[in-house]
Amino acid sequence: MIKAEKLTRKFGDFTAVDHISFEVGAGEIFGFLGANGAGKTTAMRMLTGLLVPTEGEATVAGYDVYEQPEQIKKRIGYMSQKFSLYEDLTVRENIRLYGGIYDLGDQQIKQKSDELVNMLGMKELQNKMIGSLPLGWKQKLAFSVALLHEPDIVFLDEPTGGVDPITRRQFWEQIYKVAEEGTTVFVTTHYMDEAEYCDRVSIMVDGNIDALDTPAGLKEQFDADDIEEVFIRLARGAERGE
Amino acid sequence: MPNEVNNRIQNKIAAFVGFVVKEFKQIYRDKRTLVVLFGMPIIQMLLFGFAIRNEVENANIMVLDASQDQVTQELINKIDASNYFTVVGEIQRYDKIDDLFQKGNIDEVLVFEADFARKLQRGERPSVNVITDASNPNLAQLIQQYSTSIIVDWQQRRSGLPNEQNSGVVANANMLFNPQLKSVNLFVPGLIAVILMLISALMTSISITREKEMGNMEILLVSPLRPAQIIIGKVLPYLVLAFVNVLTVLALAEWVFAVPFRGSYGLFMVESLLFIFTALALGVFISTKANDQQTAMMVALAGLLLPTVLLSGFIFPISSMPWPLQWISNLIPARWFLVIVRSIMLKDSSLLLLWKETLILLVMTLGFIVLSVKNFKVRLE
Amino acid sequence: MKPISVHHAHKSYGAKEAVKGISFEVDEGLLFGLIGPDGAGKTTIFRILTTLLKPDKGEALVLGLDVVDDYRQIRKHVGYMPGRFSLYQDLSVEENVAFFASVFGTTIDANYDLIEPIYSQLEPFKDRLAGALSGGMKQKLALSCALIHKPEVLFLDEPTTGVDAVSRKEFWQMLHRLKEENITILVSTPYMDEAEQCDRVALMQDGQILSIDTPERITKTFHNQLWAIKTENKYQLIQLLRSYEYAESVQPFGEYVHYTDKREEVQAEHIMEYLKSKGVINPTVVAIAPDIEDTFMRLMEQEETYE
Repeated sequence: MIKAEKLTRKFGDFTAVDHISFEVGAGEIFGFLGANGAGKTTAMRMLTGLLVPTEGEATVAGYDVYEQPEQIKKRIGYMSQKFSLYEDLTVRENIRLYGGIYDLGDQQIKQKSDELVNMLGMKELQNKMIGSLPLGWKQKLAFSVALLHEPDIVFLDEPTGGVDPITRRQFWEQIYKVAEEGTTVFVTTHYMDEAEYCDRVSIMVDGNIDALDTPAGLKEQFDADDIEEVFIRLARGAERGE
Repeated sequence: MPNEVNNRIQNKIAAFVGFVVKEFKQIYRDKRTLVVLFGMPIIQMLLFGFAIRNEVENANIMVLDASQDQVTQELINKIDASNYFTVVGEIQRYDKIDDLFQKGNIDEVLVFEADFARKLQRGERPSVNVITDASNPNLAQLIQQYSTSIIVDWQQRRSGLPNEQNSGVVANANMLFNPQLKSVNLFVPGLIAVILMLISALMTSISITREKEMGNMEILLVSPLRPAQIIIGKVLPYLVLAFVNVLTVLALAEWVFAVPFRGSYGLFMVESLLFIFTALALGVFISTKANDQQTAMMVALAGLLLPTVLLSGFIFPISSMPWPLQWISNLIPARWFLVIVRSIMLKDSSLLLLWKETLILLVMTLGFIVLSVKNFKVRLE
Repeated sequence: MKPISVHHAHKSYGAKEAVKGISFEVDEGLLFGLIGPDGAGKTTIFRILTTLLKPDKGEALVLGLDVVDDYRQIRKHVGYMPGRFSLYQDLSVEENVAFFASVFGTTIDANYDLIEPIYSQLEPFKDRLAGALSGGMKQKLALSCALIHKPEVLFLDEPTTGVDAVSRKEFWQMLHRLKEENITILVSTPYMDEAEQCDRVALMQDGQILSIDTPERITKTFHNQLWAIKTENKYQLIQLLRSYEYAESVQPFGEYVHYTDKREEVQAEHIMEYLKSKGVINPTVVAIAPDIEDTFMRLMEQEETYE
């Protein structure tokens, strides 16, 4: 689904992402970790077609990041903690808006909206402003909206920051569900325990991927009790900040 | 004990000085704003001075002379000789005027009634109809005023004594204190008012609300700084900046546009300072109400700048406004400041003549300061 | 006199009640944590204690001073680091510290010994603008500024949010060092695992305190036996356990699923057999001790059933 080969991005003299190579398979949950400023955001922007790489190759959903960024955008979903839904629109209006952006027909939007509010148990809330909903609800809804157009891959940028532990787990169950259905999930997080929810985890340090394996494999390789220990050992040597 | 009091006062002063230093550093580092602050007065001055001239230059005139005598000919020649008008030709029929204006080349038609010279001699008052193309009302009004004043002037010279029934007071006033009818003379005071409003009110309100928006205010509030220290610390740098700009505009006016300055520089500086205080107080007041920079900017631009430009008498004379707008214009500080500055610059008026306007500004300033202090929140709500 | 005491504090924003009658006290020299997700009311409590908001009902005292009546006195003696980075981004590291020193009527030199362990890490970058610092360094700078006047009580609202694991760990080490200076510290965090770093914690959810105690004692309130279960397919495992008739709670937890059973006496074999009967090959079932996060979820669920 995602294939990166020596992908590099420089800003002037500064190499934000330095020849990273990895592959993510269909239906895989891929954890993308790294210290502040390690180059995660830049890598993610290249993969979502927002930033042209300086060097290297990458395909996402079978499309080339240089040649076909518009096709890529149609085949991926994106959700971040900072920006997801419009606070001053209602639940339904938000769904309708995103449906429209991804060229779904009126009939389809209506059907999807009903499905979605039923699935999330938000029937009573569907005409409420997003701003009035608790954070946990917003995040779950934002995730569902990112999947509205049935993308091949969904990118999640710190999706669960500040959410309570129960809702956080409900969120992860949603992720498992869509992965089970074949959607690839690419996720960044600061919660180290969440890294262990992923099928495979990569850890970026100073623009390079210093480790990439299953959580169990990483722990074995670094002889660590948990991913946090692995992360700290790798990131301690980091040279640069944001 | 006195030592402790001394220490406390010293600390307070140190805190205040620290605040002002920080403020200057921030202004200095924001290069883009800095360029705007100092560049804007110069650009506006040049713009109003050279480009946006509201003067009549070689307006094209046609004449319909039903009298065709020596007197009308003399008058037509006099008008043609002025810099403002060019007499292009004559027409014979009244109903041609519409067509003429439709084509757009002619700005005015002068219609002399028949037997003009004879009526004048008999002591009657023969009429000249001044017909203008009012599709551009401002220009039409100006042209009309200019041609009327030329006619009045001609008549006065001819009879040797002022004819009160015919003399237009407005035209006379303009002719007296602004003999070249130069619009730049009128624009300079207005421009000073606009620039002071912009820098003092807009910039202070934005800079205070920025502290709120960036969360800095949250830390400042949880510190021993008093509201007065914060407000005065914020205002002081802009007082200096605004004053520098007054001097810039004045220098440009004198040396580039040769605008006469007849009055006292001292009085002008004092009055400008007063107006800066008014604007600063307004800016602080806005910032006590607005919670983010965007709101502050909208309020300052829509609520202060537009009225200052449109309703203060800067561009449109207050006397020609409908009464509700005339009434509103009384609430605009720039209206009073304009009267003061124009009087000082063009007429050399003294404080004795301007005490009323000065008092109004003073009361407004005090009012805004009281409102600001009352509204300054020592908490987040 | 306790450095911090809050009694039945209420606070609403319009119709939304952010803090619903909260009481707690913090002893001198303690590192006290408010643990809870966004929207639990943590920031509101910080703003009440730092005199930025008045409680609608109830009272709050800092150093024995009332937050409403004696707010000026309190402001001289506390240090505050808001949840959002609130320093001047267009001033350098050194200028920020010097500015806040002058605001409190002191200088960097006068209190250098207190901030030295933290500030010395920033000194190589002291001419860099604060806006250009990394997340971890911003946080150290903010802490230096909050400490510059030797406060008796330090309020840190979510200092570790959005900061990577390495910087977070360093930050907690700094707080432990400050504790030795006998500064009382109130800190909040949404990361449950950071509760262990505190002497005492209050678990918060939805404007209320679920539990206050030492982290160890709080986890002891979790009475049921907790099982960690692992199989090849986690999603399928969750579904299977949810449909198990004896299941009480099923929560994914890293690579495991945490599970409690309704039965009094239950063995790992019982659960294994059930899973095998459903066709799962080689499940791992281990009895484990609950941590703060398990306990927090348990308390949340109890709260919801009461309501």
